[in-house]
Formats: sequence, C-alpha cells, structure tokens
Amino acid sequence: MQKKFSSNRYDPQGAVRDDVSRRHFIKGVIACGTVAGAAGLMTGCSDSGDGGSAPAGSAERLISINVNGMSRNVDVMPNETLAHTLRNKLGLTGTKLGCDRGSCGACTVMIDGTTVNSCSILTHTVRNANVVTVEGVGGGNGELHPVQTAMIEELAPQCGYCTPGQVVSGVALLQRNPNPTREEVRHALAGNLCRCGAYNNYVNAIVKAAGSA
Amino acid sequence: MKDMMPNFNLVQPADLASAISTLADAGENGWAMAGGQDSLDWFKDRVKRPTTVVDLSGVPGLSGVTETADGGVEIGAMTTLTEVENNPIIKEKFGVLAMAAGRVASPQIRNQGTLGGNISQDARCWYYRSGLDCYRAGGNTCYADTPEGMNREHCLFGASRCVAVTPSDTAVAVTTLEAEMVIAGPGGERVVPASEYFIGPAIDITRMTVLEPGEVLTTIRIPGKWAGAQFSFEKVADRNTWDFALVNMACAMKISGGVIEDISLTCGAVECVPKRLTVVEDIVRGSAPNEETANLGAGAASRGASPLNYNHFKIPLMENLVRKAIRG
Ligand SMILES: Cc1cc2nc3c(=O)[nH]c(=O)nc-3n(C[C@H](O)[C@H](O)[C@H](O)COP(=O)(O)OP(=O)(O)OC[C@H]3O[C@@H](n4cnc5c(N)ncnc54)[C@H](O)[C@@H]3O)c2cc1C
Ligand code: SF4
Ligand code: FES
Ligand code: FES
Repeated sequence: MQKKFSSNRYDPQGAVRDDVSRRHFIKGVIACGTVAGAAGLMTGCSDSGDGGSAPAGSAERLISINVNGMSRNVDVMPNETLAHTLRNKLGLTGTKLGCDRGSCGACTVMIDGTTVNSCSILTHTVRNANVVTVEGVGGGNGELHPVQTAMIEELAPQCGYCTPGQVVSGVALLQRNPNPTREEVRHALAGNLCRCGAYNNYVNAIVKAAGSA
Repeated sequence: MKDMMPNFNLVQPADLASAISTLADAGENGWAMAGGQDSLDWFKDRVKRPTTVVDLSGVPGLSGVTETADGGVEIGAMTTLTEVENNPIIKEKFGVLAMAAGRVASPQIRNQGTLGGNISQDARCWYYRSGLDCYRAGGNTCYADTPEGMNREHCLFGASRCVAVTPSDTAVAVTTLEAEMVIAGPGGERVVPASEYFIGPAIDITRMTVLEPGEVLTTIRIPGKWAGAQFSFEKVADRNTWDFALVNMACAMKISGGVIEDISLTCGAVECVPKRLTVVEDIVRGSAPNEETANLGAGAASRGASPLNYNHFKIPLMENLVRKAIRG
C-alpha cells in the first residue's frame, strides 16, 4: 500500500514510517505546538491531558488512520478535528480551513467515498474509514485527476482557496455518477462556497471532466 | 484565528447499554453525539462544555431503514440525511421526508448529519448560540424579544419568555407523518409521538425535545397511515445552501373522488415546535384541492399569530405556503 503513494508529494516530516516508535509520537506531540502556532492555531495541547480519570471505552490517543491509501500513525486528542489532524499533524495542507463551522466546504474530504467537512468531524470517529484528501485524488506520481486537469483548462479557480474542496466534491460526484447533468453537478458543489464567485467555471470544469473521467 | 475546542473525554461505546450507562453516569455533563454537525459548533464556541462526549457512531443497530408490518418504516436515528434523502422505500412511500432531508444544510452536512440529530438539534437563536445568558441558557432575560432585538427569524406562536423556533427541516416532515420516537434510557424504552417529542418553552425552556440526560433516541418509526399520500415540502430561506428555513411547510394529502379526504399539514420555524395546522386541516378536509379551498385554508393558517418587531413577513409567507401546498 505504501509503495503506491511513495511519491514525494507527501511531506516526509508528516509521513510516519512503519518502524515508528512511541518516542516518535512523543516528539510529534511536542512539535505540534510549534507547527500549529505557525499556522495561527491554538491547539489546546497543554490542557489536553486526561488526568488519568478516563472512563472505560475512552478513546486511545495513539491511533492509525487510513489517509490516501496509507495507514498513518498519529497522536490524536479526543477533541481534535480531522482538518486539524490532516493539516497540522500529517502535513496534508491541501485541505483548507475557511470557517471551521461547517459553512464553507473549504475543508471537504472524502470518507469512504462521501464528502464531509473535515472541520466538523472528530478524527477519532474515522479510525476505521478511508480518508481521501485533495492530495490523494490523482494518480501515484503527481498525475492529476481529470477533474483537476479540467479545472486548469477551464481556468476555474480565481484565488484558489476553495479549489481543493471543489476538486474533492467533483471527484466524489464522478465516482458515484460518472455522467451527471449540469444540474446534478451544481447540486453536488452546493456545499462549496467560493468567495470569488467562480461557481460557473467550477461547474464547467466538472461537466468537462465527466466526459473524460 | 481558529482554535481548538476545549477538551473532553471522548467515549466510543460498542453497544447501546454502555452508551446509555456512560451518559447516565455523566448526567448533565454528558453529551450524546451523532453526526456532530450541531454538537461540535457548540463545543467550539464554548457555549456547551460537556466533560463526557459519547460518540454513538460505533453503536450497532442504530442506522438503516426497514419496512414494518403496518406498511410503515423504521428509521434508525443514526441514518444519515443523505441516506434518508435517497432511500427508495422512503422516497416511494414517505416522499415528504426524503424531500425535507434533501433540503437540509449542504451535501457535506447531509452526508454526516443524522436524522436523529437533525430532529434533536438545539435552537438557532444567535443570542443563545453566541453564549449570552438568556432564559434558554438558564438566565433571566430574552435578548431577541426586546425593542431592539433582532428577531426576524423568531417565532409567531407559542412564545413563553423564549421566542426561538424549531430550526429543523426534517422535524416538520416527521410531525406531518405522525412518527413515533423510540427512546432508550437507563430505565428501559419509551415511545413518544412526534406531537409530544418536541417541546416548547412553556414546558421546559432549556430543551427542545423530551430527551433526558442518559437517553438515546434509537428509532424514528413512521406509521403506514400516510404511505403513498400526495406529498409536498417547501422551504423558504435566504440562501439555498447552509441556511435555515424562514418558514417551511410539509404536507401529506389523500385525495379521493376529487376531494381532500384527509390532510396533515405542518409548519416549521414559526414556533418552538413544529406547528401542526389542524385548523387549516379541518377547514379544507372534504373540499376539492383548488384555489378557493387553498385561500380558505390560508386565511386561517396564521390565526393567533403574535409577530415580533421584524418577523411580520412570516405571516404572508406562511399563508402562501399553505396555499401552495393545498392547490399544488
Ligand atoms: C452550516 C450549517 C447549516 C445548517 N443548515 C440546516 C438546515 O438548513 N436545516 C436543518 O434542519 N438543519 C441545518 N443544520 C443543522 C444540521 O442539519 C444539524 O446540526 C444536523 O442534522 C445534526 O445532526 P447530527 O447527527 O450531526 O447531530 P449532532 O450534532 O450529533 O446532535 C445534535 C443534537 O442532538 C442530540 N442527539 C443526536 N442524536 C441523538 C440520539 N440518537 N439520541 C439522543 N440525542 C441525540 C445531540 O446530543 C445534540 O444535542 C445546519 C448546520 C450547519 C452547521
Ligand atoms: S429567543 Fe430564546 S434563545 Fe433567543 S435570546 Fe430569547 S430566550 Fe434566548
Ligand atoms: S472550514 Fe470546514 S466547512 Fe468551512
Ligand atoms: S476561487 Fe477564490 S474562493 Fe473560490
């Protein structure tokens, strides 16, 4: 599995190797404050201790999650969103944060093939699922997905901030419906806000990709 | 700046009994989390600070749609809104619920949000949601019901200190379908009709449903009564996505021999609970579903409304939606 995505598209700092030890995790935790600080986030790392009083069934912090076909080991706090884990712990910063409240879709990722807002889901709830981010929609060697190619050809993005979310919503649509109507495309992209108002360009791109995907 | 939500203990039980006992032990400090689409916003805004969050997603048997002997369906509370929207049985027999589910929020939220969570979600009054110490939050004033209060989204009916409305699109549909809620708690199971599941401020100003701490909604049971009726669902909101209804309307009609043999009509976002329009139903039952009947019904729809400063527009809106539901 790891071979398939061994391209250098992944931040080597973020990719945790198989031989990872508990020490790496601890280093990761210490590092998380700095990385997150640089990204303008307060992580709440300091008050995340459970104080040893966790009831039975409490989530274990050291977990593996399956992201873009790779199993990634990561230390996840109980109150941590998937967007936070992806961006600040796994180095997958293609997923953007806009509102952090489920109201913009910039953080859209696929969980088992359906789109969700990764800002509004706890990482611990996707332990047994397959997560696909914008980094994982294309081929193994940096090849673009037809949706991405079509977005370039149609000059879909303006500032580009909403683009990763638009790509993921478009790819998810074509996976379940390879030949959508224009109306179905609009419906599928309805949860992706674009402050630049490039909506039509995005719809054009997905319609075009549908012909070639 | 974005920051993390305050910490809590996340418990992920693998069976219903331990979910209930964990919630019951935590009492007022516990929180049942389904899809989390309402829950996480409360935590991020630090308005609700539970110490124990129980994730119901690993509890088996809480999702899926099954047909029942009386021609109805049982829908697991954890069934996602997208599944409700696309389920062939629900679409065929109880289309109004599929339509309502399809109008909630955005595709991403419907993929994660559940039917149980959608009907059990808390009020969307922004004074309350921004953490002000209003009546609903246990304080002693209402910020929306003042001369300067921004109450365009608030209620026309049933005010009792609090003037918040039910924000849910599917609550209106399950009320119209006369659903029953199956609730499991430490003392066993109880079944509550939709007409009693949703509660207004006069009953308990701090809650929107009868759910007590420690209880889990397991199933939404739709009786066969309205299966295959003529359905409509209409929602008016400022934006098509992510936006709550200014007024929504769910209708089930049985037409026979050119007249309305029976009708169930429910209006949302005008009261703290979904408002079943029984007065309108009584007026139009037995008449043809035409313009004249629609006008008669519409004229009675807002009887008894007491608008606030900024929400008078909801009265004609409500009347028009009644008209549209009846004449098609
Ligand atoms: C940007 C945005 C836009 C939205 N727009 C709309 C809209 O247009 N229309 C609409 O209707 N809603 C809308 N919503 C609300 C959203 O649909 C609901 O928050 C969502 O459906 C809740 O489902 P959930 O499973 O995620 O619930 P959760 O957040 O997990 O739970 C919601 C509440 O219900 C309780 N609960 C949930 N399930 C159970 C259970 N089985 N037993 C006991 N208690 C339970 C929880 O304790 C919590 O109090 C919007 C939300 C957002 C963030
Ligand atoms: S309407 Fe209800 S929720 Fe809103 S401020 Fe008044 S008491 Fe609080
Ligand atoms: S950042 Fe997740 S929806 Fe806006
Ligand atoms: S391209 Fe700028 S937000 Fe969409």
